[in-house]
Amino acid sequence: MANAMRDVAIVGVAESDLGVVPDKSKFQLSAEASRAALDDAGLSVKDVDGLFTTIITEGGQFSSMMMAEYMGITPRYTDSTSLGGSSFVVYVEHAAMAIAAGLCDVALICHGSTNISDRGGKGGPVSQSTEVFGPTQFEEPYGVSTVGSYALAAQRHMHEYGTTSEQLAEIAVATRKWAAMNPKARMRDPISIDDVMNSRVIASPLHLLDCCLVTDAGGAVVLTSLERARDLKKAPVRVLGAGEAHTHRMISQMPDLTQTAAAISGKLAFERAGLTHSDIDVAEIYDSFTITVLLTLESLGFCAKGEGGAFVSNQRTAPGGEFPMNTQGGALSYTHPGMFGIFTVIEGVRQVRGECGPRQVPDARVALCNGTGGVLSSTGTIILGRD
Amino acid sequence: MTRPSALPPLPRPYQDTAAYWEAAREHRFIIQKCRDCGEYQFYPRGVCSHCLGSALDWEEASGRAEVYSFSVNYRAPHPGFAEATPFVLALVTLAEGPRMMTNIVDCDPESVRIGMAVTVTFDDVTEEVTLPKFRPA
Repeated sequence: MANAMRDVAIVGVAESDLGVVPDKSKFQLSAEASRAALDDAGLSVKDVDGLFTTIITEGGQFSSMMMAEYMGITPRYTDSTSLGGSSFVVYVEHAAMAIAAGLCDVALICHGSTNISDRGGKGGPVSQSTEVFGPTQFEEPYGVSTVGSYALAAQRHMHEYGTTSEQLAEIAVATRKWAAMNPKARMRDPISIDDVMNSRVIASPLHLLDCCLVTDAGGAVVLTSLERARDLKKAPVRVLGAGEAHTHRMISQMPDLTQTAAAISGKLAFERAGLTHSDIDVAEIYDSFTITVLLTLESLGFCAKGEGGAFVSNQRTAPGGEFPMNTQGGALSYTHPGMFGIFTVIEGVRQVRGECGPRQVPDARVALCNGTGGVLSSTGTIILGRD
Repeated sequence: MTRPSALPPLPRPYQDTAAYWEAAREHRFIIQKCRDCGEYQFYPRGVCSHCLGSALDWEEASGRAEVYSFSVNYRAPHPGFAEATPFVLALVTLAEGPRMMTNIVDCDPESVRIGMAVTVTFDDVTEEVTLPKFRPA
């Protein structure tokens, strides 16, 4: 099967201000990240004719129309597919196919969120609803939350496979080591497995340090045809393969708590790229919680089902380890504005370009990025490589 | 029974779910079975999620279930849970097959285990709303 997305490249990536940014709206963060990503590509906002974005919080209705208007863009291809944090990885696939089909020339994927400033600069829940309409009325009255949902998956994985909290902690510790080498990362002080184990339990078996940060952040990614990309500022990063899938919306409806849709999207991405696991030099795996990473690694097939705990042990994913992963410090230690997917793409591109400085994985030629959205509900997997 | 001033988010019944919540008020636990394909489903829908048919019957469920997974939540996700925290968020597999979210109540939260046999119990949260919950069998 011809793989048209191979003739499309990512040409620009950027973040906005990150962390706690109380003086900027989510719209501004999205737009400023977009401007920076277009600068990175050597393109202008006038070149953009495809827009891919979603906002799931207040003010986000009609997201792509609203953000196009905000930035003065008149797209001829537009997409607000709303899959949660994986959306922005899935958009890479959608944008690549739109460009390959000639439906647009320059695609802008953007995201902005004031997730921490919306909570007055503090973490913690924001849910204040009093009445629930729709199918979530079979979960919300029982106190479901994001962390509670992921905790259910962690508990089941432990029950079925003997996975331990120490093994999950390995992921948090390794990710913090990468963050220490990223000046933009919010949490850079080293942590130990004991630190994770001794942090308070939020929803058993998940501890505070098993959970991602809550921050403000924006990010953007620009794509165009490989042909045009070769004349732009930076070396093109090709979209070698991609896949997407979703299996449920609510955690109670997840077919198997120990396997994510990455089993589908990852298989598609590898098949379309014509690559195998041993070809991947660096992996950027959405780490909303440590368990997310473990389930994703198994679902993608980097190890057998049930072997994720052993796979991440002995700091295998840390700097210098056999399996470099989440090299910017991940959602656990770098930034997490509620939907993290776009930041896996940004770091994957930077690794393939070789511009990551101290945290650069030597000779990283092929990167895999995987976004997870909802409550282990949706995934997008992309494989990126040098031209 | 005294109730905390802040209530958890409560269901607003709609076309698909009104019969379920009405039965719960009467302390009856009912689920849907498809007349066309014979499958049970949970949560209630206007169509069968196995075959997309509309011939759904309500059946009185056994109320027996097994804990599929659980999490003891130490942080209230909403002010309405403040007084009930820590609480046990759980997924149970009903004897009829479908899985549902619930709370495991009437026991020490730390004593809940996967595989534990549980049985339905009814929590009259307000005069209008009763939530089916589960307790050790």
